[in-house]
Amino acid sequence: MEVKSFKGGVHVPHSKGLTEAKETVVCSPPASVFISMRQHIGAPAKPVVAPKDSVKKGQLIGEAGGFVSANIHSSVSGTVKKIHTMKIMGLDTTVIQIDNDFEETWHESVKPRSGIDQLSGSDIKNLIMEAGIVGMGGAGFPLHVKLSPPENKPIDTFIVNGTECEPYLTCDHRLMLEESDQIIQGLLFMMKTVSVKKAYIGIEVNKPDAIEVMKNAAAPYDSIEVVPLAAKYPQGGEKQLIYACTKREVPSGGLPADIGVVVANVATTKAVADYVVMGQPVTERVCTVTGSGITTPKNLLIKVGTPLQHLIDECDGLTADSAKLIMGGPMMGNAVASASFPSTKTTGGLLILNLADAKIGETTACIKCGRCVTACPMGLQPVYISQYSLRDRMDLAEKYHPVDCIECGSCSFICPANRPLVHSIRVAKRHVMENRRKV
Amino acid sequence: MERFKVTSSPHIRDVDSVTRLMGDVLLALLPATALAVYLYGLRALLLIVVTVLAAVATEAVCQKLRKQTITINDLSAVVTGLLLALNLPAGAPLWMGALGSIFAIFIVKQVFGGLGENFMNPALAARVFLAVSYPKLMGQYFDPATDALSSATPLALLKEGQMSEMPSMFDSFLGTVSGSIGESSAAALLIGGLYLLFRKVITWEIPVLFIGTVFVGTFLLYGFDAQVALLAILSGGVFLGGFFMATDYATSPIHFNGRIVFALGAGLLTVLIRRFGAYPEGVMFAILLMNAFTPAIEKFTAPKIFGGAK
Repeated sequence: MEVKSFKGGVHVPHSKGLTEAKETVVCSPPASVFISMRQHIGAPAKPVVAPKDSVKKGQLIGEAGGFVSANIHSSVSGTVKKIHTMKIMGLDTTVIQIDNDFEETWHESVKPRSGIDQLSGSDIKNLIMEAGIVGMGGAGFPLHVKLSPPENKPIDTFIVNGTECEPYLTCDHRLMLEESDQIIQGLLFMMKTVSVKKAYIGIEVNKPDAIEVMKNAAAPYDSIEVVPLAAKYPQGGEKQLIYACTKREVPSGGLPADIGVVVANVATTKAVADYVVMGQPVTERVCTVTGSGITTPKNLLIKVGTPLQHLIDECDGLTADSAKLIMGGPMMGNAVASASFPSTKTTGGLLILNLADAKIGETTACIKCGRCVTACPMGLQPVYISQYSLRDRMDLAEKYHPVDCIECGSCSFICPANRPLVHSIRVAKRHVMENRRKV
Repeated sequence: MERFKVTSSPHIRDVDSVTRLMGDVLLALLPATALAVYLYGLRALLLIVVTVLAAVATEAVCQKLRKQTITINDLSAVVTGLLLALNLPAGAPLWMGALGSIFAIFIVKQVFGGLGENFMNPALAARVFLAVSYPKLMGQYFDPATDALSSATPLALLKEGQMSEMPSMFDSFLGTVSGSIGESSAAALLIGGLYLLFRKVITWEIPVLFIGTVFVGTFLLYGFDAQVALLAILSGGVFLGGFFMATDYATSPIHFNGRIVFALGAGLLTVLIRRFGAYPEGVMFAILLMNAFTPAIEKFTAPKIFGGAK
């Protein structure tokens, strides 16, 4: 089997054994859901319901706030309790609280669609926009925007991201095993929207069962090729995945569309099939609740807006020595202070580390070992960007191209001196980008 | 419930630490160190102990005086002290080992900012400092076979063209020939070097290309004699320098292409100094010179950025 990859990167412990063999189970419905209007990159959605309104599952409750934005639908049937502002990860976020009536009544608009074979590419794209589908791999980029490249940039290749290179997480792995036909169906719809003839599904070789299942599901279609990829972090980084599959490099500062490629995660792809075929917008997703700080790790099918505490309870609670709560995986996920935050369309993982696993060694002097340079999948020199950033010499840091950093964290992971490399590079990157915006 | 720890990603780290890397270097030097003690006895043992202790003490005192955290636990001063001791001849007086360590740690390392900030390898710079200041004492090599003073190191013989006097290939490989206490055994150093490669403490570019360049260069400059070329890499500081000194993180380039230029340059300089210089041995000068070029090499061999940013 030919295994493709990219240059650089690090070998991280996969830690997927806790959940990879566990089938997805439906999470018990929470008493209330808290649906954020900021679940995607771009403008927040605007609420279109008011307190005391009764709503049904799949009903539009937040309308896209612009082209780069996404619709948001209720994940339960029940009554709008209140609409308020919560501070989530430093951002003031409008949240619609809906009390669940536990009836699970679908909205009238949710019904199997007829005549799907007659849908044109632009019909499908409009449906995707209606459904509020965003990149469910974590970034939350509105899918219809990706599918609307400028006319001078023809797309010839579609790539589905099934790499799941983040340690611990198994939500995409399970989805590929359990919903392979829907993923292929969603991919065929998306290929139609940008009229491409070739698609790759990239999967890391540490998921041989998923490769097998997806190959079988894709077998009837010559246009779809399953690509086994080296189990190396960050294989699922968009630029790294494109390079591994096509040997094309997204130009610095550019987008995949610049080299004729669109990438979507497997969960995103499946969401397309859900809406086009069944009329179901994004109201739920698979989320891996795992780590040394949770009693019973599980893959759960969760409703958008479920409080994290509910997920913790569903997994029999925290262990006594639990110390860190991370939305997403350990490499790029965000640590959160409180379990009162709600899940979103992009919450593919909730990782809880115990005290021992959350411990990060003391930062010591840089010994110039160069491991960060070898590890950087973007060919940057993290040691120097970081050094200048920490000394607040952003003019010098800029010369080492912090804006090309994809913030994968490989440099910080590998650093034997435990230096805050990606953290300080992020600071330099923000600074440089802000300065450029001002000019 | 608001009790969770919040830090920026990533939330997991590789297990390697600076102390662990330095510990691995010490472990890798164990065969050469043990052989030195076996060949030269108590004299070598005392020299090693004094030199290492002086290095550690100097580091602690410097940091104490500058009111910094004392970091002798990271073992980097132990590595410097041991490397310096292994670079000394068995006849070196103990005070010279101590003086060399003070020079290495105080002048070469701490004055420039401590661990990772020095631009020359401290142990090598100290060796040169001692060689220039005390040429006679630094030439007091012993012949391990007879335990008598012997200045006729294989490299001195090579310099004088006395090929017939050269030790056998086997003795040179094993290290039972006169030379600095820790550098004459290519075998012991090779075991340690392979361990460092296996543990990924160092990468292959510098040792392989440095030793390879010395071999090829000697072959070309000494009458196309493969045997002489082989003796040339088994003698003097080629293995100690190639595996343990030229690979010093702070003073060699941080990326692959740079390390290639660095290794080729150090190998070439070694051969040229041995052939045309006043000293029979060129490894230490060659590596130190390349140390000085390291920032420039890094600049001109920077890796290509993905996506083509210039």
